[in-house]
Amino acid sequence: MLHTLASAAADTPAPMAGATLYHYLVVSAIMFVIGLIGFLTRRNLIIMFLCTELMFQAAGIALIAFSRFHLNHTGETFVIFVLTVAAAEAAMALALVVLLFRRKETLDGTVWGDLKG
Amino acid sequence: MLQSLANLAAVFAQPAAFAFPATLAQADAGHQTPAVAHAAAAVLSVSEHFSWPVALIPIFPIVGVLLATVLAIFGNKSKLPAFLTVGCLAASFACAVKMYLDCTGGLGGTPSAPYTVHLFEWINYAWGGAPGQRFVADFSFYVDTLTCLWMLFVTGLGTLIALYASEYMSHDVGTGYCRFFAAFNLFVFSMACLVMGDNMILLFLGWEGVGLCSYLLIGYFYKRPSAVAAAKKAFIVNRIGDIGLSLGVMLTFVHFGSVEYSVIFAKAQPYLEAARQGDWLAIPASVSVIPLLLMVGAFGKSAQLPLYVWLPDAMEGPTPVSALIHAATMVTAGVYLVARMLPLFVLNEHALPIVAWVGSLTALFSATIGMAQFDIKRIMAYSTVSQLGYMFAGLGVTTAASLTAESAAAGPYHVFTHAFFKALLFLSCGAVMHGFGGQLDLRKLSGVAWMPGWKIVGFGMLVGCLNLSGFPFTAGFFSKDSILASAFSNPHLEIIGWILLVTAGLTAYYTFRVFFRVFVGPQQFEPGDEAHGHDDHGHDSHAHDAHAAAPAAHGHPHAGKADNADKAAHADFHPHPPGIAINVVLATLAIASLVIGGAAIPYMNHWVEGMVAHGSTGLAITAHAAGEAHTAGGHDAKFFGYDVHKAMMVVSSVVGILGILVAFVLHKQGRTTAAKSKADELLPLLGPLPTWAQNKWYVDELYNFLICVPLWVASHIFHLIDKLLVDGLVNTIGWLPRGLGWSVRPSQSGVLNGYAVGMASGIAIIFVLAIFMLR
Repeated sequence: MLHTLASAAADTPAPMAGATLYHYLVVSAIMFVIGLIGFLTRRNLIIMFLCTELMFQAAGIALIAFSRFHLNHTGETFVIFVLTVAAAEAAMALALVVLLFRRKETLDGTVWGDLKG
Repeated sequence: MLQSLANLAAVFAQPAAFAFPATLAQADAGHQTPAVAHAAAAVLSVSEHFSWPVALIPIFPIVGVLLATVLAIFGNKSKLPAFLTVGCLAASFACAVKMYLDCTGGLGGTPSAPYTVHLFEWINYAWGGAPGQRFVADFSFYVDTLTCLWMLFVTGLGTLIALYASEYMSHDVGTGYCRFFAAFNLFVFSMACLVMGDNMILLFLGWEGVGLCSYLLIGYFYKRPSAVAAAKKAFIVNRIGDIGLSLGVMLTFVHFGSVEYSVIFAKAQPYLEAARQGDWLAIPASVSVIPLLLMVGAFGKSAQLPLYVWLPDAMEGPTPVSALIHAATMVTAGVYLVARMLPLFVLNEHALPIVAWVGSLTALFSATIGMAQFDIKRIMAYSTVSQLGYMFAGLGVTTAASLTAESAAAGPYHVFTHAFFKALLFLSCGAVMHGFGGQLDLRKLSGVAWMPGWKIVGFGMLVGCLNLSGFPFTAGFFSKDSILASAFSNPHLEIIGWILLVTAGLTAYYTFRVFFRVFVGPQQFEPGDEAHGHDDHGHDSHAHDAHAAAPAAHGHPHAGKADNADKAAHADFHPHPPGIAINVVLATLAIASLVIGGAAIPYMNHWVEGMVAHGSTGLAITAHAAGEAHTAGGHDAKFFGYDVHKAMMVVSSVVGILGILVAFVLHKQGRTTAAKSKADELLPLLGPLPTWAQNKWYVDELYNFLICVPLWVASHIFHLIDKLLVDGLVNTIGWLPRGLGWSVRPSQSGVLNGYAVGMASGIAIIFVLAIFMLR
């Protein structure tokens, strides 16, 4: 039904057919915010890390969208770099989480309050 | 020396703002007899020359101070400081005698004009060229007959009392002994500066110096809290008087442009003229206030109402100190001030009457207190206050219009005789104290004069008491009579004469109360608190004689109770009769008191008059010279139809003898123990009065209430203000960083997610700012 309504107007692209930059950026923003909120709210260290990865991916989506918008490959190239760095950083972060787990036998982030005061 | 002469000349040469009479003789013709006019002119023409005796008088005591200090540093443990002191003061006395001979031209000769002896320039500061803009106070001495009179007895008594103290303080040899004699010498030096100074600043130096030495010597036994408190009290009460003196000196400088006596007296001439004629309005207020201020200082130093409270407490000091400072010399400084400044005092028609009233009321008041005390030194202290009141009354009953040489000399005459007999009395009491282990309570001592070795002390005490009571033909009689006669000669102040007469009776009573209780009667004694050190003294021949001769009379009130060590020591106690030094001094003073009174009557009276009249006091003298024809005014006064002087001789003798008889009846007749006498039976009849008198009429408590308590309250208020306001302010400022930290600390919670929130919000803020900036 939306399809027919959209094709009634001759020159406006159909919504389903035209996903503009705006839409990609919204998706990216929503993903980023979800990641951020998750990072700020969750206690489990691995879930916190997962949310940081989500934020990475959100940034990646924004970059790809801008790359497509500007019709050059700069954004895509940058995303490759971001993904590589994210992977390396994931390895390091998980190594740290393992070490932290070994220290306190729990994945709860709230036990690390020694810097209080 | 030349500089000071030049200064003097410059001051005289400046045009005066007031009318200056052309010649002195012209101004005073018809008011002064030629002899006195000449004397007055001589006073005004003060010359300046150097004289070794005068310069050496204060230098010898300073040498004494240095020697005593050196001995203290080297830890001397002998009586050497005392003998050095006696030597220095004897040298000083010899110089004083030489000064006297130079000044008066030999015994009975004509006095020379006053002169100044310049030692060195001390304060000479000019801040402008005009007459009133130069402040000169040189270390010079003003030598006139008044100075000679004072210095004779100051140095003479100083020597004798130093000799007495050599034995009295002998149990304290070592640093304490040296300290005592250093302060003693410093005292004589300060007194010399006070008396001989030629300007009011040197007088003030001496004034403060004697106050300091009084503090040092009263507080000699510094381990005793009562002595320390008494020393502080003396100094502080003196200081209150010094406010008046300082203001007086300042005002003198403001008005006269100088503080030197020669300049002041010269510039005061026109005012003296106006005062003689009763023209009080011609004298500006800034001049007539000066005596009111100076007298406050005199009352503080000489222990008059209301600043007398320090003198009885000053008895905490050793007896030689009480004798020298608080009987003979320091307390006469106030009288000296009034006598020296008499030309200024007559410029205010109320100043001298106020002095007379304060003096006479003090005399009566302290006599009533003295009647009810039991500590013999304290009784003597109150009697000193009383006699000082007499001296002030003697000076105060003169007025400018009827000022005669005789009445002006009455006060200083009493100073002179009182110095001798009061020193004698104190030294006798001190000998008693020394010999009985510090016992001074007259309820615990009796019959001392009959104990072997105590005859001279008894004799000295008797002579002193007779003098103090004004028994006929003693020195005290003549001086007291002269004051009473002056009082009755003054028509406006006859009441003062009556007050003084009543006080004379009371004086005789309480003096002989002491004598009849302590020195005669059954032989009993109870040693005082310092008896422990005297046990070894007790085993010499005198005491053994006493033991053997009168075992029955050797009553020990508590001989039965020998339980504790104290009582055992007391049971073994033997009184320690005075040694040679004390006896020699007492004998000398007793003989001196008798000689001054008995043998030298006509000579002594006129001698003192002459000494006073030819001093600066003579400037204030008008009307008659001594011994000339009597005209209306001073000499014509009648006492119930008889000539004042002869009447007074009879009346004061009668009053004195009456006092002695009452004391005899109440305190000697029928007395069997030391503790009680007939007076105790009469006490209940007087109701609460004896208790009040014994408690010194609660004056100390009154002062505590009026002054100490408000100060205490004020100090607590200030303490609170300091703690809350000042400290509070500082503490609040100190709290601010802590508060800041306290408010910021929650951000360091240790909660991981909290840090993350912080980071995220920081990024958000930067992001928002970036958007707005780029817009």
